[in-house]
Amino acid sequence: MKLKTSITKMALGMAMVTLGVCAFVQPPAAAPTPAPAPALLVNGAGATFPYPIYSKWFDEYHKLHPDIEINYQSIGSGGGIRQVIAGTVDFGATDGPMTDEQLGQAKTKILHFPTVMGADVPTYNIPGVSQELNFTPEALAGIYLGKITKWNDPAIADANKGINLPDSDIVVVHRSDGSGTTYIWVDYLSKVSDEWKTKVGKSTSVNWPLGLGGKGNEGVSGLVKQTPGAIGYVELIYAIQNHMPYGKVRNSAGVFVKADLASVTAAAAGAAKSMPDDFRVSITNAPGKTAYPISSFTWLLVPSKIDDPAKKKVILDFLHWMLKDGQQLVEALSYAKLPKEVVAKETKAISLVN
Amino acid sequence: MAAASIIAVTVMLVYQLYTNSSLPRQKFGLGFFLGRTWDPVGGDFGALPFIYGTMVSSALALLVAVPLGVGAAIFLSELAPPRISSALTFVIELLAAVPSVIYGLLGIFVLVPVLRQGVMPFLKTTLGFLPLFKGPIYGVSMLAGGLVLAIMIVPFIISVSREVLMAVPVEQREAALGLGATKWESTWQVVVPFARVGIFASVFLALARALGETMAVTMVIGNDPKISASLFAPGYSIAAVIANEFTEATGDLYLQALIELGLVLFLLTILINGLARLVIIATAQKGAVQG
Repeated sequence: MKLKTSITKMALGMAMVTLGVCAFVQPPAAAPTPAPAPALLVNGAGATFPYPIYSKWFDEYHKLHPDIEINYQSIGSGGGIRQVIAGTVDFGATDGPMTDEQLGQAKTKILHFPTVMGADVPTYNIPGVSQELNFTPEALAGIYLGKITKWNDPAIADANKGINLPDSDIVVVHRSDGSGTTYIWVDYLSKVSDEWKTKVGKSTSVNWPLGLGGKGNEGVSGLVKQTPGAIGYVELIYAIQNHMPYGKVRNSAGVFVKADLASVTAAAAGAAKSMPDDFRVSITNAPGKTAYPISSFTWLLVPSKIDDPAKKKVILDFLHWMLKDGQQLVEALSYAKLPKEVVAKETKAISLVN
Repeated sequence: MAAASIIAVTVMLVYQLYTNSSLPRQKFGLGFFLGRTWDPVGGDFGALPFIYGTMVSSALALLVAVPLGVGAAIFLSELAPPRISSALTFVIELLAAVPSVIYGLLGIFVLVPVLRQGVMPFLKTTLGFLPLFKGPIYGVSMLAGGLVLAIMIVPFIISVSREVLMAVPVEQREAALGLGATKWESTWQVVVPFARVGIFASVFLALARALGETMAVTMVIGNDPKISASLFAPGYSIAAVIANEFTEATGDLYLQALIELGLVLFLLTILINGLARLVIIATAQKGAVQG
């Protein structure tokens, strides 16, 4: 009896906590539209990098269709992939495409739909150097492999004639948390350096040969700003919004390109020709004179078979809306738009969902 | 019955951690504890750098925090005028309630620059012959991790130790003073030994917090899973790597290796708490025999 009461009390306590949390969480979501409760709730989860644009899209979509609410939780790409495989969400989202092994684990075929693009930029803190530096792929790979240890190394200096680089140690900074930003960076290094590919490889977090780890873009940029001689990588959006200086990177056509929304979209357009039908493609080091080489798509993961007809209709409609009207909203939030070639190809691919 | 529910939670916790980490246990066995590589791409996982980082940063924290904390507690309970004592106690209890991320920010913006520009170069020039203070200076380091932890646990030690010292019967002090002891002798030879068990308990409570601390540590420790003798080198702790990599961990082996790290941390905490209990029992008995 005593046990029972204590369990009841515990359950009550938990229920109250849950209620409390709900009460705390719900108002902001419900506040803008005191409209009737949504008739249909579609759930998604995954990548954190596109969260700002996704939440904008789902909000705008909800305004157009007050009876539909799309709920997205930014739990990370790994979580998004796991949940879409397990079928606990209606769709997932990821910054790195699913592997063949992961696709094999899912009960139904999972389709990839690119939504927006992002890029990584190298940022640095060299006392006495305020100019914009040029980085060759060899220099970046060498620095992150620990082979280039001084700022005046010829591999860096030759691409930056006229800039007086000091004879000081390079302090390498990388992300400590698993992230899509890291995935893009190491995917690029794997493409431009065979040694990186075999020794380190690519994933959302890797076994770094050297360096300090900072948590999040803010952790990396904080370490770089504080540590003289440091180099790190952050998301382009983060660099733009925080007015951080960053360097140019030499692309596959041999041109030093500074990352901006246009050069990222150009990278996707350059890769569009060789785009596989499942959209699982890396666009780092893409061809094209104006293409910025450290760019990537981020994807929505949609099961090819959706049992609930109402949900299927919403997801299909949303995908069409996202490719057309949704794309007009992305640049305001500093994401790069999909090039029209990719939009056309995706529009066709939507018919694969049934 | 409430106690039974606590045991139930503990059992469920261990069960969950254990069953969800079967893959790496099968693959690495006990080698998991000794492996020095953490390679999510190649699927090779070893816990040693994280165990080492957790133990060293916590030990460093205790080394700094225990003398400071116990000293402050003695001052507050024995020496300070009541008004100052109650004001300081209020502030210290406030500090004990500050969220750890705030201490992390304090670490990044205040502690790390001070270490990099002042303390570390000084240590290197004066004690640089020791392997503890060799190597390049980044600021973020095992030393910074340990010091942030020390700052965080000092309030715990002070707060609990002070309570224990206050609970020492006034008669004990009066008797000591009555026998002609000075204030100093009464404090060190009567009050502190009397409260010894409670002071140990406060230290172990603080240690438990240090072992499991995540945010503040990951912000200043440098997050590099390598074992280095130098305190200037970056390190990594178990709690920090779980928090950092869990959300984006793809692949079952990787995820389960992180869960096994959780199990390791759990066992480490139990081990240390068990030891603590033994120490407390031993000192309590010794006290009983003597007194």
